[in-house]
Amino acid sequence: MSIPADLRYTDTHEWARLESDGTVSVGITHHAQNLLGDLVFVENPQIGRKLRKGEECGVVESVKAASDIYSPVSGEVVAVNAELERAPQKINEGAYDTWIFRIKPVDSAELAALLDAPGYRKIIEAQAH
Amino acid sequence: MPFIPHTQDDVDEMLAEIGVSRLEELFDEIPQALKAARLTSIPEGLSEMQISRLMRERARQDGHYLNFMGAGAYEHHIPAAVWQIATRGEFYSAYTPYQAEASQGTLQLLYEYQSMMCALTGLDVTNASLYDGASALAEAVLMAVRSHKHSRRILMPTSVHPAYRRVARAIAANQRIEFVEVPYCTEEGRTLPGAVKANGRGEYAALVVPQPNFFGVIEDVDALTDLAHAAGAAAIACVNPVSLALLKPPGEWGESGAEIAVGEGQPLGVPLSGGGPYFGFMACKQSLVRQMPGRIVGRTVDVEGKPGFTLTLQAREQHIRRSKATSNICTNQGLAVTAATIYLSLLGAQGLKAVAAASHANTRMLTERLTRVPGVTRRFTSPVFHEAVLTLPASAPLLLARLRTRGVFGGYEISRDYPELDNSVLVCATETKTQTDIEHYGQALTESLRAVA
Repeated sequence: MSIPADLRYTDTHEWARLESDGTVSVGITHHAQNLLGDLVFVENPQIGRKLRKGEECGVVESVKAASDIYSPVSGEVVAVNAELERAPQKINEGAYDTWIFRIKPVDSAELAALLDAPGYRKIIEAQAH
Repeated sequence: MPFIPHTQDDVDEMLAEIGVSRLEELFDEIPQALKAARLTSIPEGLSEMQISRLMRERARQDGHYLNFMGAGAYEHHIPAAVWQIATRGEFYSAYTPYQAEASQGTLQLLYEYQSMMCALTGLDVTNASLYDGASALAEAVLMAVRSHKHSRRILMPTSVHPAYRRVARAIAANQRIEFVEVPYCTEEGRTLPGAVKANGRGEYAALVVPQPNFFGVIEDVDALTDLAHAAGAAAIACVNPVSLALLKPPGEWGESGAEIAVGEGQPLGVPLSGGGPYFGFMACKQSLVRQMPGRIVGRTVDVEGKPGFTLTLQAREQHIRRSKATSNICTNQGLAVTAATIYLSLLGAQGLKAVAAASHANTRMLTERLTRVPGVTRRFTSPVFHEAVLTLPASAPLLLARLRTRGVFGGYEISRDYPELDNSVLVCATETKTQTDIEHYGQALTESLRAVA
C-alpha cells in the first residue's frame, strides 16, 4: 500500500493533515488498521480538550486489541468524526480517507517536525522483524 | 502425592529424556538461601479413614441452630436437583473453561445466566459474574467514576451493608476516589432525599442506592435515582436478587432507570458454607457496556452461519488492555453461577416470587410474635422486605448468647456496626421457617429475658 506523500506521520502510526482552515486532521495509518484487525469501537477525545504533542487522547478497539491514539501535535480538539460511532470499520476500509479527530494546532513547527512518507516507511520496515 | 498420575518410572523416563538426573535439579535456579527448610510443625498426613473420622467429630461440635440471621447472606431452600446437576464433572472440575470460542456448553450456561440476570434487573447487559456483592459494588464505583469523566466523588448511604462500604473503600481509595457518607434517617431507617442533597453539594459521579438496605428497609429508589440524575450522576443499585421478584427492578427506577445494578447472588441456590464462595452480579445499561468489568458472553454465528457462543468485548480486559483495563479480574465464579442458573431455571419467575413472598410474610410473622414479648419493639417505622431491626429490653450480646443455648441464632448484633443502635438485633425469617419455629423463638426469647434480668 502506498503511503500518501502529502501527509505527515508519527512513529506511533498516526497520520496528520493540515487542512485549509488551519486545523489538523488526525487518523491512523493503513499499517495500523491492518495490525489491529476489524475495528469495533473508537473512543474519541472530548471536544474542547487541550492536548500536548504525544499525549494519549483516544482508543481504537478491535476484537483482539485496544490501542491508544496519541496526538501528533499540541492544540485544542475542535471536532470528532461522528460517523465512527456507528461505523468504525470505515477506518479499515480507508485509513487515510477517514479522519478521527481535528485539532487547532498551537505550534506549526510541530507538524513540520513529524515524519514524512519515506521516513514512516523506514519505521514500518524496521518494526517488521 | 496421589493426585499426580505419573509413576516413578514415568518420571525417571522423562528426566532421562531431558538429561536431568533428579527432579530437584529443575529448581536449581532458586538461590539456596531462599529455599525453605522442611516444615516441621505440620503433622504427618492422615489416611482418608482418619480424616473422615476427624471431620465427623468436629462436625458434631457445630450443633444445629434455628437460624434467624441474614445480614447479607441468606438461608433459602436449595432444591436437591441444583447441586445434583452442578456437581457433574463437566461443571464441577473444569477449570475456567471459557476460551473465547471453545467450551460451548459452559459459554451457553453463562449466556443463559446473563439473560436471566438482565430479566431480573431490567437492564441491558450483564457480565458473567464477579467475586461477591461487596467487590461488585466496588467495581460499580470504579465504573461510574470512569464514565463520569469529571467527578471522583461517590455518595454512599450509611444504610448500605457495612462490609460493602469497607470493601469499596479498600478497593477504590487508592484511586483518589472520595467517598461521601449520607446518613440514614434514625426514625425511618432509610435514606432521605434531603440528606442526599445536603451531603451531595457540587458534582458527584454516582449515588449508591441499596434495596433493601442493611436494615431490611425499603428505600425510596425512584426519588433517589431521579435525584442522582438531576445532579448529573449515575445511580448504582445495590440489590437483593430474590427481592427483585417482588420489587421494581433497577432498570425501571425513577424516570430513566439506574445505570448499574450489583448485588450478592448467594441467595440464588448457593449454600451459606461459612461465608463463601458466593458470587457478585453486575448489570448495566447498553451505553456503559464498554466500561463494565468481567467476562461477557455473546451469541453469534461462525463462518458457516452456525450459531454459537463466544467471549466478547475482551479488549477491555486486563490480559489485553493491561493497566488500562476496566478491572484486573480475569475470571468469574463459575460453579456458584452454575448453581444459580439451575436454581432460577427450576424455580422460574413464579417460584422466585413465591420464595420472596414467603420470606416477607414470615418476617412479618416473626416481628409480630417477637414484639409481643414485653419490651421488644421495632426500631424503624418503615416497610421491610425480609429483615427487621428489633430493639430489646436487655443487652443484645447477652440475649443472643442465651438464645444460642436454646438452639436459636437470634439474629445479627447490629450495634457492632451501628453503635447508635444499641441493644438491637437484625432478624430475618426466610421461607425455610415455620410458625412453630417462630413460636419457639418467641418462647426462647421470653425465657432468655427472664434469665438475664
